[in-house]
Amino acid sequence: MIGICSYAGYVPRYRLNRMNIVAAMGWLNPAILMNAAGEKAVANCDEDAITMAVSAGMRCLNSFNPADVDALYFATTTAPFKERQNANIVAGALATRENIRTADFSGSVKSGTAALLSALEHVGAGSGHKALACAADCRLGKVGSVQEMVFGDSGAAILVGDKDVIAKYVGSFSTAYDFVDHFRGANSKYDRQWEERWIRDLGYDRLIPEAIAGICKKYDLELSAISKIIYPCYYGGARKKINRDLGLDYNQVQDDLMMDAGDSGSAHPLLMLARALEDAAPGDKLLLVSYGNGCDAILFEVTEAIADFADRKRISDSLKNNQEFDNFYKYLAWRDMLPVELGMRGEEERLTRWSLVWRNRKAILSLQGSRCLECGTQQYPPQRICINPDCGAIDRMEDVVLSGKGGNIVSFTSDMLAATLNPPAIYGNIDFAGGGRLMMDFTDCTFEDLKVGMPVHFSFRVKYFDNKRDDTFYFWKAIPAGEAIENA
Amino acid sequence: MPSGIKNKVAILGMGCSVFGERWEDDSSDLLLEAFLECLEDAGLEKKDIQAAWIGNHIDEVSIGKGGCYLANSLHLPYIPVTRVENFCASGTEAFRGACYAVASGAYDIVLAAGVEKLKDIGYGGLPDSPIFGQLARLINPNATAPGMFAQLATAYEKRHNIPMEKIKKAITHISWKSHQNGAKNPKAHLRKEISESQICDSPFVAYPLGLFDCCGVSDGSAMAIVTTPEIAAKLKPGQNRVTVKALQISVSSGEESMYNQWDGSGLVTTRHAAKKAYEEAGIKNPREEIDMIEVHDCFSITEMVTMEDLMISPAGQAPDDILNGFYDLNGQVACQPDGGLKCFGHPIGASGLRMLYEMYNQLLQRWPEDRLVKEPKIGLTHNLGGVPSQNVCSICIVGLE
Repeated sequence: MIGICSYAGYVPRYRLNRMNIVAAMGWLNPAILMNAAGEKAVANCDEDAITMAVSAGMRCLNSFNPADVDALYFATTTAPFKERQNANIVAGALATRENIRTADFSGSVKSGTAALLSALEHVGAGSGHKALACAADCRLGKVGSVQEMVFGDSGAAILVGDKDVIAKYVGSFSTAYDFVDHFRGANSKYDRQWEERWIRDLGYDRLIPEAIAGICKKYDLELSAISKIIYPCYYGGARKKINRDLGLDYNQVQDDLMMDAGDSGSAHPLLMLARALEDAAPGDKLLLVSYGNGCDAILFEVTEAIADFADRKRISDSLKNNQEFDNFYKYLAWRDMLPVELGMRGEEERLTRWSLVWRNRKAILSLQGSRCLECGTQQYPPQRICINPDCGAIDRMEDVVLSGKGGNIVSFTSDMLAATLNPPAIYGNIDFAGGGRLMMDFTDCTFEDLKVGMPVHFSFRVKYFDNKRDDTFYFWKAIPAGEAIENA
Repeated sequence: MPSGIKNKVAILGMGCSVFGERWEDDSSDLLLEAFLECLEDAGLEKKDIQAAWIGNHIDEVSIGKGGCYLANSLHLPYIPVTRVENFCASGTEAFRGACYAVASGAYDIVLAAGVEKLKDIGYGGLPDSPIFGQLARLINPNATAPGMFAQLATAYEKRHNIPMEKIKKAITHISWKSHQNGAKNPKAHLRKEISESQICDSPFVAYPLGLFDCCGVSDGSAMAIVTTPEIAAKLKPGQNRVTVKALQISVSSGEESMYNQWDGSGLVTTRHAAKKAYEEAGIKNPREEIDMIEVHDCFSITEMVTMEDLMISPAGQAPDDILNGFYDLNGQVACQPDGGLKCFGHPIGASGLRMLYEMYNQLLQRWPEDRLVKEPKIGLTHNLGGVPSQNVCSICIVGLE
């Protein structure tokens, strides 16, 4: 049986109440008040599509061995790199093997389901036993636009495989149209769209029902047999009309997370699917439909195995870990939509030396350290001479991935001098669980959250952006685990 | 066990420029200012100098690499000149090179210089640079010096279970005392007495350090001319002489930053260097035998933990000693009689030699009454370069022959 083995969503911690945007920009475009309900998720200034995909992927793989993943597909329309395989950075951070299939899926917010279908077909074709589809987006609308109101930042990950399947893959139906309701040129930062009435009436309202009809016909299904229909559509009116026209019961339609997170582009269908899986029961039929220059409709049937699937609230948890973000200027600065003065300290040279990074890629991407075969001391970064002063064995090391281990705070501070878009810079010494130590940045917390001895977990983040060379460098940061554990 | 260099090297003369924001002066001007004083004190001419060492840390904003800048600035006539860099211990490293040159018999009269021109950086504090190499730049935080040293406080609080309020009180007294001493010193960068409440209530730079817990970033130069005690006796007959009693350096092995034993509440290197220096100098009880110290108070918290790392204050007792005035100018062990890094200023490459300049002149009782330590026999200087988890510590003990 081919199907879903695991799922997770990642909604970043900060949530901007949309009324903040109205308060700041309503003078320019009063119509944005129509979309002012709820909150949108805002990626931290050290997050992007890659890091959010990694965060979702880590949660998705938490009871699996990353070395068992045979393919990793990453979908986004906001890839940090046009050329440099973004999926390989995600794979590195998740500490997969290096002899795997990877690909980036892009060009449309339908790319998330395209990645998922390719993962399913990779396993279905017998090319591998497990494939991970990750998606994340961090899309921008111009300041004061409708897109700015509705877009939110999030990531999602679906692990598919050929055994221990919690939702069986039944089949799919796809359409592809050069329907240009919105687009972003190769050199543009912001989404641009055509008239909303046209998008609503000829876009969502025609293409989504068509895809649903198509898959039902292909697999000889009655719509009433579907337990949950999962589709994104950020026009509330169009959504109601689609539901009404199809005769769907309220309970049959998956909530679109617009009130809690916003439309996360490529990730959104997978995020909604993951949310539906939280509540699904054996025998449920889940119909996922994506929308973006056409549609992918994918049908799943939930299996008995879901009853044994632990720790299912993998989107709700992330939604609960939230903090109000009430500073619209800060949002603009974080998304590089406002030139801000970081001082000369913020102009330090950020050239990344790629040959050095290559040699140390596992230490950097996978947070891989070493463990001494003689005395068992775990250490980071990987050492050739054991750091234990009573041992000192040379070249007697095995690899050990530390990213999932967590650790404890040894010392910490909050630094107003360091140049950062999220001052104060908070960092401190961390002891890894099982041994080893590293001075690390903290993120997604305030100084008041921290205490010596407190447990932390690690999150893959943007370390710096080299704006002279349009080059993002990633590394791991620490997050106090206290709150996350309480929320879980 | 090596015999060390105790009483094998004498200081013949010293010089120190005014420290501060020397907007109108180049590194060469600062060097010349210290050099003229140093030559005059030694009673020598430039041609008498046989070799030179120059300590400088942030070469990229000042003198560049190699020994050429010093030789070119002072037009030293084709003698060996070596630039040394070992973080904030660079000045003491230059002195160490000069002392070893004399003690080995390779040269008779040697110059040790230090200079730093920091006020061409363009912003406050020290510039960010990959001081621990390129991999470290990629995996360590974009940290600043105050942030790294501030962590001594959270770790010290945890280790000794001493409330942060008391630590803050003690480090406030440290800065207050340095301002008291610095205000009397015509060469100091910051020459203003300030109240403890001004210090304590200053805005946080890095918790729990406020603005007045951080030392000045200054331009300056200091230097020494060293020789053998025999030559010094000939050149300056019948005068008191200052000789080197111990000179030790300890560098982090990586254990503090990578192994799990160090608790972050003090400096491992300072303990190693102090132990070796006391052995070399023959000091058994530092609390009783040392009369005055100039320590690396880059931040007030560094000075506080250093009192214990030098084994002058017992573990957990530094805050009490500090608050009881033990380290005040008229206390049992005067600490920072010249104002320290805090107020005299911290031109990195010059700082170690500036500390020696203070010890040397105090030993010779050359200062006016209001900043004089009464008849000291032994003085200690201490530099700490890098960050608490990875650093270089130098300790020099000097005394009357």
